[in-house]
Amino acid sequence: MSDKPYEIIIGLEVHVQLQTQSKLFCRCSTMFGQAPNTQTCPVCIGMPGALPVMNRRAFELGLKTAVALNLDIPKFTKWDRKNYFYPDLPKGYQISQFDLPMSQNGWLDISDPKGGFEPKRVRITRAHLEDDAGKSMHDEAAGKSDSRIDLNRTGTPLLEIVSEPDLRSPQEAKAYLTELRLLLTYLGVSDCNMQEGSLRVDGNLNLHINTPEGQVATPIAEVKNMNSFRAVERAMAYEAERQYEVWCENKIKLGDSPGGHKTTRGWDDGRQVTVKQREKEESSDYRYFPDPDLLPVIVKPDEVEQVRAELGELPAAMRTRLETTHGIDPYDSDVIVNQGRELVAYYEELATSTRDGRRASNWVQQDVLRTLNEQETSISEFSISATALAELLKSIQAGDVDNTRAKDVFDEMVRSGMSAGDAMAALGIEKVDESEAEGLCRELLEANPKVVEDLKAGKTKAVGSLIGQAKKRNPNVNPGQFKDMCLKIVEGM
Amino acid sequence: MSVLEFTATELLAELTVGNVSATELTRVYLAQIEQNDEAIGAFLNVDAERALTQAKAIDQRRQAGEQLGLLAGLPVAVKDVLCTKGWTTTCGSRMLEQFVPPYDATVINKLKAADAVLIGKTNMDEFAMGGSTENSAFKKTHNPWGLDRTPGGSSGGAAACVAASMAPLSVGTDTGGSIRQPAAFCGVTGMKPTYGRVSRYGLVAFASSFDQAGPLAMAAEDVALLLEAIAGHDPVDSTSANVPTPSYTASVREPIKGLRLGVAREHFGDGLDGGVDSAVREAIKVFESQGAIVREVSLPHSKYAIATYYIIAPCEASSNLARYDGVHYGYRTDEKEMLAELAEERKTLEEAGDRAKLEAMDTSLVRMYRKTRSEAFGPEVKRRVMLGSYALSAGYYDAYYLKALKVRRLIREDYDAAFKDVDLIIGPTTATPAFKLGEMNEDPLSMYLQDLYTVSANLAGIAAISLPCGITGEGLPVGLQLQAAPFEEEKLLRAAHMFQQATDWHTKRPR
Ligand SMILES: [Zn+2]
Repeated sequence: MSDKPYEIIIGLEVHVQLQTQSKLFCRCSTMFGQAPNTQTCPVCIGMPGALPVMNRRAFELGLKTAVALNLDIPKFTKWDRKNYFYPDLPKGYQISQFDLPMSQNGWLDISDPKGGFEPKRVRITRAHLEDDAGKSMHDEAAGKSDSRIDLNRTGTPLLEIVSEPDLRSPQEAKAYLTELRLLLTYLGVSDCNMQEGSLRVDGNLNLHINTPEGQVATPIAEVKNMNSFRAVERAMAYEAERQYEVWCENKIKLGDSPGGHKTTRGWDDGRQVTVKQREKEESSDYRYFPDPDLLPVIVKPDEVEQVRAELGELPAAMRTRLETTHGIDPYDSDVIVNQGRELVAYYEELATSTRDGRRASNWVQQDVLRTLNEQETSISEFSISATALAELLKSIQAGDVDNTRAKDVFDEMVRSGMSAGDAMAALGIEKVDESEAEGLCRELLEANPKVVEDLKAGKTKAVGSLIGQAKKRNPNVNPGQFKDMCLKIVEGM
Repeated sequence: MSVLEFTATELLAELTVGNVSATELTRVYLAQIEQNDEAIGAFLNVDAERALTQAKAIDQRRQAGEQLGLLAGLPVAVKDVLCTKGWTTTCGSRMLEQFVPPYDATVINKLKAADAVLIGKTNMDEFAMGGSTENSAFKKTHNPWGLDRTPGGSSGGAAACVAASMAPLSVGTDTGGSIRQPAAFCGVTGMKPTYGRVSRYGLVAFASSFDQAGPLAMAAEDVALLLEAIAGHDPVDSTSANVPTPSYTASVREPIKGLRLGVAREHFGDGLDGGVDSAVREAIKVFESQGAIVREVSLPHSKYAIATYYIIAPCEASSNLARYDGVHYGYRTDEKEMLAELAEERKTLEEAGDRAKLEAMDTSLVRMYRKTRSEAFGPEVKRRVMLGSYALSAGYYDAYYLKALKVRRLIREDYDAAFKDVDLIIGPTTATPAFKLGEMNEDPLSMYLQDLYTVSANLAGIAAISLPCGITGEGLPVGLQLQAAPFEEEKLLRAAHMFQQATDWHTKRPR
């Protein structure tokens, strides 16, 4: 798809905070936004003698996610210590999983209904559990040399999901993240709030450049500090261009010495550039070894099957089903499914009771989503139930109200909380009696001989001016019906 | 006969019938500490007021007719490696000199629940690393049998305080022999329970897969009493074994009929002191006279035990001790001094125009780590942290750590095979009696060999006990070691009690 002389190679590492009540190895709360260092105990602040106990629930959420990502679940998994010194790491090591992670070799399918890229299967190397570090707050900007540390986050369960370098563009990277976040939301394992840090992304990127001597790879950069999916997309695009420019200048390839090693860069959202980061002192060797304080976890195959059976319908399957059952396009199913399970349920109720999937899809996408946006609310808190909206859509189907006026009815329903029928009555909308409509039609035709002439000449568009006049006389006139009636009368003249 | 000559079991009986109150008993031991500990140095911290308050409360509850716990007013000394809420817990280290834990170790909780009177915290090698208690940052502990001798270590204070009648019961910890070797050196009975039998929660970790707390006392009966009080599954220690705790006090007096004892050739090798050798052989005869059947067993991999232990334990220690970094608690270097030092260095380098060195200079954080750890850890701790960090490094892990794990499994398999044929393995606890203080200061390797006969039990996770079985020509006690399959503490206690019924070595006290 690119006219550039290189291919972009991206792999993503996603850290997801699992939504448990308590931390991974102690019983402290994981609630966000509490006063600093109030959600701590001897275990999570690494007091001498304190010992970890695995939170079963966190493991279950990890398992659920791993199964949904088509990962293999080994029978035996263990915990390892990743040793490094940092002030927000009170034990001096992170409890993670090194050589025997809880899951490996899975995939996630991504596609773009707008056709930006071909559908593809992104391989997932592994997903493993680990405990989160605390937060360091540096006051250097304020001219102080002090740093402050909040250990509330320390020990929060994280699932690290590592993709293979299968992504070929910043768009694909964004699509992967969007689909992953959707899946996690459907599973209910994380709130995926990037602002609060419950979903964090690091991107590994390099280029395969076409040269007369064949393809060469540029040194890999790991990009951190990307605080939104948009930031990821932009950072990846920036980094690709930067690497190409650097390569054109110095021709340093991956693995060359010096300069060919992996570097760490941070995304500066203000300046929209990636900046080289100081290498962490200890990052070269984490001295992983099995944590002697914890027992290995044995996962039985029937446990995995049970989790699989309880997953429920996941986004990809749901899109396909909406398309076949309700006759909507991939684009529409994508929009609806991406809004989450509850909106899908709303849509399905509407589509089923009106037996018109497309009309239901239009209303949900345009009117319902617009209103939710305006009200900054979610479908679960939306004042118009699917049944109530179905009543309105049925009135349209019955010709009791036209589509344009139905929008007014909808707004009235939102405003007052009335049912469709009551809202129509309140707006004075009622079906115009057939004989009354015919009378009005004849009257207007008589008064507008020019229109009659045009109609006879086959210029059916001329009826438009009559509709306008009719609506002025009686706003309830149904334009479609009125048009048909005029044409019929003129035909008989 | 002074109360001080009573065993804990006898004292408990006196307490129960009201011949003595917990307060009186506590006062007796406090006075004994007052009188003797200046010379012995077994305690790092004695809180008379705390002990007496506890004792009074127990007496009041007894008077009110309340059901009391298993230890019902008996004073217990605790090694300063077990966290005590609101009471300094130093681990014998400058690093934790001021550290006051906000929680009690499970062992401490259990002692409190058993109505023990916590009489003091005992001296130890820094972070339990050592075999003479000389690695304590605070003081030396002297062996009550000869003040120029070491009490052993790391639980030197724990053993010395029992030997010098400053506490009837004492809790130590054993990572490579740290209860049994001091018990042998001080002529007391001390047990390392099976790994997982006693909770490690609140036991400040040295080597997590080895550390195990256990009792020291005058007699096997007393050890049974204290073990019963502190053993049991603990849901906050994932490595704690979920097995029922038998009543050791109920079974300790039952002799084992047809006891099958194994003697391992590997326990009688070069370097075994003649006095120790003959005392242990005599002890075996005592068992034989009681109907025990003795046969030879083989522990072929035990020759690798020391090497294996001194890989794995330092690896775990290097990680366990990473938390002492001066950030959250414990010792931190003087920051002003450190910043001044950095500024000075920077200035010198700038003047010399040494760009490369300027770039490579420590950040203030890294310098804080370096100085804090350099200043507050003693040489043995540093040695083991370095050994462990090295062995875990990329490129060395397989050759050292992984290899050592494999040997560890072979050592365990040796024991599994041996315990198919015998109930207990009998041999010396140590190759020599207590050596002189300062004797091994310049020779860490021969200090490591102190663990020669004890460390295999920690590698295999099995249970073992040391009990006095003789006195050498120099007047120093000799320790007899019995080892049992996992969770067979009852066998150890019953056999030790049988021996103590037939002999009086355990009643000998230093003058
Ligand atoms: Zn906690």
